[in-house]
Amino acid sequence: MEKNKYKNLVNKHTPKENVIYNGLIAFTIGGLMGVLGQALIDIYMYIFNISTSDAAMLMIVTLVFLGCFFTCLGFFDKLVHFARCGLIIPITGFAHAMMSATLEYRKEGLVTGIGANMFKLAGSVIIFGVVSSYLFGLLRLIIMGG
Amino acid sequence: MIYLNAFLFCGIVCLIAQLILDNTKLTPGHITTIFVVVGAFLDVFGIYDKIILWAGGGAMVPITSFGHLLIHGAMATTVEVGIMGLMSGMFNLTASGITAAIVFSFILSLIFKPKD
Repeated sequence: MEKNKYKNLVNKHTPKENVIYNGLIAFTIGGLMGVLGQALIDIYMYIFNISTSDAAMLMIVTLVFLGCFFTCLGFFDKLVHFARCGLIIPITGFAHAMMSATLEYRKEGLVTGIGANMFKLAGSVIIFGVVSSYLFGLLRLIIMGG
Repeated sequence: MIYLNAFLFCGIVCLIAQLILDNTKLTPGHITTIFVVVGAFLDVFGIYDKIILWAGGGAMVPITSFGHLLIHGAMATTVEVGIMGLMSGMFNLTASGITAAIVFSFILSLIFKPKD
């Protein structure tokens, strides 16, 4: 078969992503995650009587725990597949990436499996975050003086 | 009112990410990395602090706040101890999130079996 003909055939059968539908889903789920974060901050501030920054830290720990736990129970993968960036961009996506890598390499042992591969997917976030924060921190020190 | 702002900000960040994911060949790993760098960049001129005041928890939930917290912890220590604080204080504020992710995923992986 000629190349062009083949290309047309492939294009015809590749499933089309519905950009508007995906965007709406991501917007709604992501927005709800934001509301959940704010609600958790308010609840923690009311119950434990702590400052906003401490409550924000507790909120992040809670969301990380929920992300890890739901990934273990097995249905978070389906939720991520449905909501895409609505769940990948919030901090739950970070927890999901770490938890999936850990679960996947569990059978290779504690040290060579979990220890060596835990940051396989989530490591780039930390590495690029630290390097860029260091450079931007120097920049901020020069421009704004701290 | 802050709940509406939180919904709008977090939703728009996710919408931008979804548009990048659908229209380019970048993987989710690329996109989260880009967003962390963007979050750190927005903090150079103190913009992200203003966004947090406006959107509250909605600005703390997306991964952009990770970059913001890294640079913010480094700056807070730099004011106290000088230029070395840029290194010693980098993880001050994000430590709880990273430690939680490591500890929870380690313990939970001992309890649960992978499902496929």
